[in-house]
Amino acid sequence: MAESIKILTDKIGIEGIENFDVYRKNGGYKAVEKAIKKMSPDEVLDEVKKSGVRGRGGAGFPMGMKWGFLAKPEGVPRYLVCNADESEPGTFKDHYLMKSNPHLLIEGMIISSFTLGANTSFIYVRGELMYVIYILEKAIAEAKKAGFLGKNILGSGYDLQLVVQPGGGAYICGEETALLESLEGKRGNPRNKPPFPAVKGLYQCPTVVNNVESISTTPWIVLNGGESYSKIGLGRSTGTKLISASGHINNPGVYEIELGLPVEEFIYSDDYLGGIRPGHELKAVVAGGSSVPILPAALILKTADGNSRLMSYESLSEGGFQSGTMLGSGGFIAMDETTCIVRNTWNFARFYHHESCGQCSPCREGTGWMDKVLYRIEHGLGNERDIDLLVDVAKRIEGNTICPLGDAAAWPVASAIRHFRDEFEWHIKYPNEAIKYQAVYKGDMIKV
Amino acid sequence: MTTDTIVFSKELLEKVKEIIGRYPEGRQKSALLPVLHLAQQEYGWVSPEIMDYIASLLDIQPIEVYEVATFYTMFHLEPVGKNVIEYCRTGPCCTMGGEEVYRHLLDKLEIKTGQTTPDGNFTVKEVECLAACGWGPCFQIREKFYTHLTNEKVDEIINDLSK
Ligand SMILES: Cc1cc2nc3c(=O)[nH]c(=O)nc-3n(C[C@H](O)[C@H](O)[C@H](O)COP(=O)(O)O)c2cc1C
Repeated sequence: MAESIKILTDKIGIEGIENFDVYRKNGGYKAVEKAIKKMSPDEVLDEVKKSGVRGRGGAGFPMGMKWGFLAKPEGVPRYLVCNADESEPGTFKDHYLMKSNPHLLIEGMIISSFTLGANTSFIYVRGELMYVIYILEKAIAEAKKAGFLGKNILGSGYDLQLVVQPGGGAYICGEETALLESLEGKRGNPRNKPPFPAVKGLYQCPTVVNNVESISTTPWIVLNGGESYSKIGLGRSTGTKLISASGHINNPGVYEIELGLPVEEFIYSDDYLGGIRPGHELKAVVAGGSSVPILPAALILKTADGNSRLMSYESLSEGGFQSGTMLGSGGFIAMDETTCIVRNTWNFARFYHHESCGQCSPCREGTGWMDKVLYRIEHGLGNERDIDLLVDVAKRIEGNTICPLGDAAAWPVASAIRHFRDEFEWHIKYPNEAIKYQAVYKGDMIKV
Repeated sequence: MTTDTIVFSKELLEKVKEIIGRYPEGRQKSALLPVLHLAQQEYGWVSPEIMDYIASLLDIQPIEVYEVATFYTMFHLEPVGKNVIEYCRTGPCCTMGGEEVYRHLLDKLEIKTGQTTPDGNFTVKEVECLAACGWGPCFQIREKFYTHLTNEKVDEIINDLSK
């Protein structure tokens, strides 16, 4: 196998890397020195733009472009907020990255804050990860002691204070405007856009929100140049991506892959997931976190046109929602033939119902309906009209809410029905079979 | 309990002051979530009296604390057991057998979701995804993660914490 490139995880595994001294000895904070001593903020911004790196939190928006939109009115502070809320089912890469190599994120935060001209920056970590918050706070204290944070960093006159903020257990606070509300000490209700955070964000000041993984690419980009980064990956999917892999695979965990890797290789190669657990076969994959459309095995391995499916933004979305999906946050959940798609869909629907902030009626009511109707089908109480009802409710949520949580709730349901409709019908036709413990539709509607 | 009976220790008040100092002047409301966590670490849960007290510390209205504490699921608004088991009930953990292990946990403790054992040692709550999907099934007890759960592992953990 060709040695695959590691940009984010190269130092993970080095004994004691969570300590400043060890991280520094292994080349850590060199990028901060280079950026602050030898480059201007605009020069760093230029490299980030050239790299083509896209936001890793789910939406895939080019990071350099987002930074370019930041308003810079005189005398108004600007903020950088790192989104470490990571609550999308199937996604645990930020958790892994922060606990395994905390200084990488701190280094990225310093470089990014310097570039944006922020003097106070926040890392908003989901509250359940309190132990990770302690790890980050220790790393910040060490970096400050060494002169990389605080007043007059490396004698440059640039000041930066880094604050780690805990969340309180709410998926919605991963949505960037809900996150800002939460950071202001309020309920996590998303804001209407515009104004966008780049103009009016935290405390009504210009703000950039980026994911942990996005920010963590900046040290490498500063050291090696944006152009080198843009040569990694495939087309507009530049660089590497952390994939959180879970489900019925031999080697669950977090993988750093070069974008463009064939899905088939990712699943079956021993360098990655090592295939499906012994004696079983792949049935379906949720490729980018619970919010993206589920695909049956055939469509995740090959597009509808018969091309090999690749781990890239473009290839995964080939075929639109009819036969494609999205890279999303890279939460890759593999399911074998023992998985009941109806139960799994109900489980996700319950999640979105629980996590809807309740602000917009289509989402508040619609997620509740989908949860209840799916519960009823899964528990042998469904009726013939339920499948169309679900499709109808999903359609009425989509696009009709302030934030995309509504879409995220609708897509898994709509796609499960699109690709596994017979499984839903089986549950409704044979309720007594369907409710049996761990019953799974085996593809034969008559003999059960 | 009345408001007067809740008074943070000197150390805790120092900590609150330090937290408020993290935010720009006049933005002390941003300290609300960290201070709620602090209170819960100290008292185990967040009572109305504690919320009123926090409101006075941050110079905000009590309602501003209530509306936040009730929004975020991590805050326990009723007394809980010494060990609060927060069990992940979301997709990937269930795929790995999380539902069976959960049933075993409830059987072992002889309680239902949301209840506390009669000796006050354990409370069980269901939570959504804990960002540990590749290491599931999992639960959290206060700040500690327990991963790769099996029935046997659950027995061990419960037995250990029952000593
Ligand atoms: C319901 C919902 C939850 C989200 N959760 C997260 C999250 O946990 N982490 C994250 O980085 N982005 C999350 N996002 C995306 C953010 O709104 C935002 O796009 C992202 O933080 C921007 O950073 P990036 O450009 O670096 O990806 C979520 C979006 C929605 C609608």
